[in-house]
Amino acid sequence: MTSVKTQQSRNDDGLAAVVPAKAPPQVIRRRRKPLTWDKVSFFAVFLGLPLAIYLLFVIWPFIQAFGYSLTDWSGFSPNQNFIGLENYVKIFTDDIFMKAMGNNILLVIFLPIITIILSLVLASLVTVGGSSKGQIKGLRNSSFYRVVSFFPYTIPAVAIGIMWGQIYDPSGGLLNGILTGLGLDQFKDFAWLGDKNTAMIATMFVIVWGFVGFYMVLFVAGIKGIPAELFEAARIDGAGRFRTAVSITIPLIRDNIQTAYIYMGILALDAFVYMAALNSGGGPDNSTLVMAQQLFFTAFSKGQFGLASAMGVVLAIATLIFSGLVFLVNRLTGGDKDVSL
Amino acid sequence: MTTKVSTPEMKSLHFQPRTPATTPGDKVVGAVSHTALTIWTLIVILPLLWTFMSSFKTSSEIFASPFALPGEWKLDNYVKAWSEAGIGSAFLNSIIVVAAALVIVMVLGAMCAYVLARYTFPGSRAIYYLMLAGLTFPIFLAMVPLFFVLKNMGLLNTLPGLILVYVGFALPFTVFFLFSFFKSLPHEITEAAALDGAGEWRTFFQVMLPMAKPGLASVAIFNFLGLWNQFLIPVSINAAGPRVLSQELAAFAGQMGYAVDYGALFAAVSVTVIPVLIVYVIFQRQLQGSVSQGTSK
Repeated sequence: MTSVKTQQSRNDDGLAAVVPAKAPPQVIRRRRKPLTWDKVSFFAVFLGLPLAIYLLFVIWPFIQAFGYSLTDWSGFSPNQNFIGLENYVKIFTDDIFMKAMGNNILLVIFLPIITIILSLVLASLVTVGGSSKGQIKGLRNSSFYRVVSFFPYTIPAVAIGIMWGQIYDPSGGLLNGILTGLGLDQFKDFAWLGDKNTAMIATMFVIVWGFVGFYMVLFVAGIKGIPAELFEAARIDGAGRFRTAVSITIPLIRDNIQTAYIYMGILALDAFVYMAALNSGGGPDNSTLVMAQQLFFTAFSKGQFGLASAMGVVLAIATLIFSGLVFLVNRLTGGDKDVSL
Repeated sequence: MTTKVSTPEMKSLHFQPRTPATTPGDKVVGAVSHTALTIWTLIVILPLLWTFMSSFKTSSEIFASPFALPGEWKLDNYVKAWSEAGIGSAFLNSIIVVAAALVIVMVLGAMCAYVLARYTFPGSRAIYYLMLAGLTFPIFLAMVPLFFVLKNMGLLNTLPGLILVYVGFALPFTVFFLFSFFKSLPHEITEAAALDGAGEWRTFFQVMLPMAKPGLASVAIFNFLGLWNQFLIPVSINAAGPRVLSQELAAFAGQMGYAVDYGALFAAVSVTVIPVLIVYVIFQRQLQGSVSQGTSK
């Protein structure tokens, strides 16, 4: 910082760029120009206003939730007694909550991997599935597939849930209609969402249906960002399509895949909307109950806000652990080697 | 870019630049790819078409056969869903809330991202990371305290309260994406504006904001979808207020268990789905381009 003194007196930003490296630009910028009204009002509004809203409606509630989770607060009475970790003990000895957590873990294991593999395959097909001759290009009409696949992402999750609830309807639903039409009569009146063996799978399919198109578009964008020369070089070296996908495409869009994995995982730990719309009561034998549903019920139906906050904290910690694991696995398998271009 | 020098090592047939464009292998791969993609397209589109078709049927027609076309193409179900079930007013509420929140979050988000990206001051990194943290935390954790924050401010169960909360929760995403966008704009332009005598305010609104238009458009599209589809926030903090679309839809479906009017339910879903779908098809080109901008580092 002292190096500032050696500078000429007129160090506005314009000159700063010309000044040699011994004085880094940041240091120079610290040398304050007199604070004008323009600048003060600019910072107050540009930074202050968004930050105020963000702190009040996002950060402050998050912080409060940690505090509430240590109390027996019911929300409507003024007394909050500090009860330490009692809520957490209660949660982890509650069979229903543990069942819900188990369901969330199932979702976290299967949802991201299924969604990502499916969308990667579809993305590869539309981008590099074309001719093995001449210019690297996708399939004909590929943009049609891409546009249609994205449709579900524009539909509110509630609407998706209601729609699929009807499709899975035992007697009047589309699915059983198709299956019995194909001659599979054992599916006549089969309740996909009412049988504890199929409810979870049926629900997972709905979520996958909703997100494959979005990640497909994301991966298509990533693959298009890879220079065509790389694919050509691989082809010259004799790599087939599968080899190209595994050795060129996936490593080069690794960051996109990691992002997708984390987002999908966070969604799987939540999954509230889909579960609530498809089986609002938690499904047969609680087979589709998730932590978020239990939290919502505990807070807004039972009025146990302290306990519900503790559930929220458990959810948040689960999310952090998951994100950390994804980063760690990516790093351990060589993600930190700089493959990006 | 495809000029290939045919050097002697390249014995393989594959690298003659002028060979015909398809080989039998290509045809097989092409056919398999098209089949796979067509199957997925059908899986996506059939449920939508079926929902749309069923929205014209009466309940008894729906139960008689899932495939039969409606006896009469009449709009009774839509009228019922729109007025009796309250989808109409919920639709309007949704438009008001989402439009207001979108405008506010785009302006505030752009301003905040601009300041964080273009100025270095003590704490700027910390604020940036605080924003990032908001992206990863589950919304659930905040719902219970948020309920009381709004209650204390008298904004519980009101549309302005909902708008403010939407703004707060859409802010991190907006700032995160626009941050990299503003960072990539050349510094010379700010300097030129400053030399020409533009103050900080004018530089932002007349120079930087117009340059950030492509980035703003894509973030706005994603924010729109995110807010339009939002469900948890309204059911938590607006349970007794004027309902938005997703809320009304869920409430409508909830009643359905008792008084079965599936035709109206399908109509309600169609009303929710179709407008956004049409807008998407119109703007999809913009969106495809924007995704690549958003993800390229």
